Order: sequence, then C-alpha cells, then structure tokens
Amino acid sequence: MNLNGKKITIHDMSLRDGMHAKRHQISLEQMVSVASGLDAAGVPMIEVTHGDGLAGASVNYGFPAHTDEEYLRAVRPHVKNPKISALLLPGIGTVPELEMAADCGVDTIRVATHCTEADVSEQHITKSRELGLDTVGFLMMAHMVGPEKLIEQARMMEGYGTNCIYVTLRLKAVREALQPETELGFHGHHNLSLGVINSLAAVEAGANRIDGSAAGMGAGAGNTPLEVFVAVAERMGVETGVDLFKLMDVAEDRVVPMLDQPIRVDRDALTLGYAGVYSSFLLFAKRAQQRYGVSSRDVLVELGRRGMIGGQEDMIEDVAMEMAKAQGVQQ
Amino acid sequence: MSKINAALIGSGNIGTDLLYKALRSDRINPVWMVGIDADSEGLARARKLGLKTTHEGVDGMVPHMREDNVQICFDATSAYVHGENNRKVQAQGSIMIDLTPAAVGPFCVPPVNLKDHVGKRELNVNMVTCGGQATIPMVAAVSRVQPVSYGEIVATVSSKSAGPGTRKNIDEFTQTTAGAVEKVGGAKQGKAIIILNPAEPPLMMRDTVHCITEDKPDQAAITQSIQEMIPEVQKYVPGYRLKNGPVFDGNRVTVFMEVEGLGDYLPKYAGNLDIMTAAGLRTAEMFAEEIINGTLVLQPEVA
Repeated sequence: MNLNGKKITIHDMSLRDGMHAKRHQISLEQMVSVASGLDAAGVPMIEVTHGDGLAGASVNYGFPAHTDEEYLRAVRPHVKNPKISALLLPGIGTVPELEMAADCGVDTIRVATHCTEADVSEQHITKSRELGLDTVGFLMMAHMVGPEKLIEQARMMEGYGTNCIYVTLRLKAVREALQPETELGFHGHHNLSLGVINSLAAVEAGANRIDGSAAGMGAGAGNTPLEVFVAVAERMGVETGVDLFKLMDVAEDRVVPMLDQPIRVDRDALTLGYAGVYSSFLLFAKRAQQRYGVSSRDVLVELGRRGMIGGQEDMIEDVAMEMAKAQGVQQ
Repeated sequence: MSKINAALIGSGNIGTDLLYKALRSDRINPVWMVGIDADSEGLARARKLGLKTTHEGVDGMVPHMREDNVQICFDATSAYVHGENNRKVQAQGSIMIDLTPAAVGPFCVPPVNLKDHVGKRELNVNMVTCGGQATIPMVAAVSRVQPVSYGEIVATVSSKSAGPGTRKNIDEFTQTTAGAVEKVGGAKQGKAIIILNPAEPPLMMRDTVHCITEDKPDQAAITQSIQEMIPEVQKYVPGYRLKNGPVFDGNRVTVFMEVEGLGDYLPKYAGNLDIMTAAGLRTAEMFAEEIINGTLVLQPEVA
C-alpha cells in the first residue's frame, strides 16, 4: 500500500462517539480540556454532540449530563483552529436543533441515516447547506447492503447538497460514483481490531476525511484510536498536520483518566463486530444481562439476526425480556 | 343504514389502505379518490372499485364535490399541501380528517379523546401520526393513573411501509407526535423518535413507550390501566398487542407494543398504516353519525 504524499483531514470523535462509552456523562470541563488539547495538537475537526447526535437526550439512548447547546457553547470559545461538527440523525434530531447548533457556531453538520434510508435526510441537508455549513452525509452500517444500493443512496445525499459522503464499506465504488469535488470519509470502529487498517484502506480507496477518537474513546470497542492511526499514517508518509506526541498526550493524560471502563475488544464488543450490530448497543446489552439474567452476547447475536439497526436501543430490553421468558429466568 | 359520501385525497400507502377500510364502513361511502400521478396504483385500484378519480389534485375534484355531496374528506397527502387542500374542501362544505402531520386542527386519538370532539363543530381534526396513534393510548393509560412528567415514544416501521411523503417530512412526524404525547397523552413533556428498518422480510411495526412518572409508579394500577386500554385500541386495530412490559424501573414505566395490520393494502407487517387509517375512519364515522342524526350541519361557503 503506497499512501505517500496523501493529504487527509482527521476528525476526532471522542466528544461525540465517546459519549456512548461515558453514558453521555462527560462534564463540560472534560469537554473543554479534551477539545483544547486536540486544538493544540493540530486536530482539524472535532465533533461535539450527544452520542446519538443532536436531540439524542432520551430514555432510549440516555440522558446526558448537559444539553447539546451547553456542550457546544462551552467548547466553541476554547477552540481556535479546528472546525466543530455536530451529528444529526433524522428521526431523532430535527431542523430546529440543527439551527441551534449553527447558532452555537458549529462549522459542520453531519447528517447520518441507515445505509438504505438516505431520503430521510433531505430536510436537514438542505437546511445545513442553506446555512452555508460544511455538510456531510453519512450512510451507516454499510455492511448490510451491496455496492449498487450504497451508490444510489450516496448520490441521493449528494443531490440534496452534501459536499462530503461517509460510507464504511465499498469506498472505491462510491468514490467513482460521486462528483470529483465531493469529499469521501470513513468512520471506523475497533470491534474487530480493524480500525487502523480499515482507515488506511479507506485512504487508499480515495477517502480524505478519517474519523477516530483520542484513546479510541467511542462506542463498542471504541473508534479507530486516533493517535495510533496518526502514528502509522506519519510513517507511511500521509500528511495529517497533527502533532503526534501532543495527540498521544491528550489521549493518555486527558482521555484515559476519564474512562469508566477500559476501551477494549471485550467479549461483547467483539460480538458487535462479529454479529454486525450497532456499537452503541454495548452498554445497554450489558445492563440487560444484569437486569434479566440473560447473556449479553446472546442478546447481541439475536439483535443481529433480527436485522436491528442503529437507534433501536429499545429492542435490547425487549429481546432480553423475551429471552428471559423463554429461558424461564426469574426476574 | 345511511352513509355519508367521502373523498380520499392522496393515493399512496395511507390513502389506498383507507380506501379498503372505508368500503367496509356502514357510515362512510367513499366516492372520490384524488391523486397527482395519472399512473398511481392507488388511483387504478380506486377506479376498479367504482370510485371517481382525478390525478389533478384537489382542484380536479372540487367542481364536483357538491353534486356528489362529499361531506367528509380524508387528507393522506403531506403536511406541506394540507393547508391548501383543507381550505379548498372546507369551502365546499366538507369537513376534513387530516392524516398528515400538519396538525392544523385539534388532535384526535380515538380511544383517548374521540368523545371530546363530539358536538364541537370542528371542521378539521388531525390524526397525529401512525406512531402517535400506536403509543399515545399507552401514555394516556399511565397519565390517567398518576402524573407523567415525561413521555417518550419510539416508533419503528418497516422501510417498505414508509412512503415518500413521510420520508421527505420526517421532522413533522417527530414534532407532531411529540406535541400530541403532551396534549393528548397527558405527559408534561413529550418526545418522539422514528426508526425506518429495511430488514427483509419486513418487520412488524413496533412501538416502545417510556413514561417517567412524577412520583413512584403505582404498579398495580398502571398495569390494570394499560390492560384496559389495549382492548379499546383493538376495537379498530385487532392486531394491537402488548409484547413486553410494563417494565418498572425507578420512576420509568416502559411498554413494548406490536401492531399487526389487516393486510388490506400492504401486508400485515404494515400495522402503521392500519392504526392510522382505522383511527381516521373511526373518527369520520363519529362525525358521519352526527351528520346523519342532524347534530352537525355542514354549510358550503356562499360563492
């Protein structure tokens, strides 16, 4: 793989995807500390939102320590160079929250849908463009469909006005189908320990925006550990503009002390990758095991078998209750 | 038994499913279906079943409404065009049952507040959304026992059952549903989430209802209230079922519902169509009875 001389934009997820690992309880001080550290390390983009995006605050996904607005208003003034992005999942977040985020000074809106449902993103992509923001369309869980479907859906988002498309598979095919000026991005999780190598493969396939998290803090076994990826990228001659040692220090000194549990490929996180299940299900499945006395691994496998997609956290408790009934477990 | 003539505006999933149900009604006589696409499958089916059709939108029907004595219209188009449709048919002396999330008129969730609409002379009522119809009875079942500070619903429908109108205006779905969780369900604060799941074979509609009660939940009373509400919904949607719960966790009360449709237009997985169309039809039948017994007199605007 020869990536020498490629220029890419690193996008840190620790303050959004990392919210899953922290049950959305990151404090404002921790947000500011990590964000300013990432700024000093030269990370050009930082995402700040509830783990499930704008308006993710809910019984279903977890109530955060602070509102999206409080997080964004706290972080924005402490960050000089990086762009701040906010995630929005149609069906959860709506245009008024998008406008709120724009008012808080975000530069980028990332609108994410399941990989077959791009047509629910039109309202939000259109509004983001209208506000003049960097607008990203994100097709989640691309492993569930073939390349033709992904291309069709990516073109749909492009047609609504995104200037960048994220897919997690089939990047080469999607790259060829998009307008040359449309950027391509990749967002990896580390459930099968493939975060770094998949990100490199994505760069080879034409992606120029790569997501990852300092210390990997993200859902499941975490995101692509950013400091590891940047180190490898630097050795391979990929230009990230990031100061590796400073980034390593943010990960080690600011993020790791925040963790409630180690971010690693444990039995359940591995099952997420193996069964093709949404990474944010991890802690919910562990809680279901505690409450209903069923195996979290079995619950995750069953969710995968039923074709559950991102956002269906409610079905974790439902499946656990059903399995407990079937097994005659006393509640 | 006398029937009131009705028109179905919109020839997509909702309009077509409603057509089949309306044909079985002993109060409603569907005479028109309105579409905007000459090749619409819904319009073709309506013509075959003996209805008059137009593919020129409401304007194609308006000149004929009085001679055909259309007194009830159902709008199954989208929130954005509902306002115009509403104005045009009301000018012809028709009342409007709104199945879009436009929420121009007061919300109606039959087992919770249909009775409240009797005798009010309302000319437009809104049926909230499919997710609202499937969940608000459960929120109300909890809030009639004790105060609910927060109600949240998660509606999951199969991708195949969500038409282009729903998809294009997905914000209206969440906003209107959340509003009705408060206004009709009785939660002080409401939230709604919708998921479109593309699994094959398609999954049946699922609805999860989370309530946070202000004080410790009275488990026995809430469980009984939920058990009593379910048959009220089953009167018009027989496939409305409690799948799991109620779960009591601190002040959280959660119920997991499943809605199986009758399979009139889309197959049985699309309970989201049934719960909307059956609720709309039930509401229309109530108004039809008022028209028949003379308590509701409709008058077209003087031209």
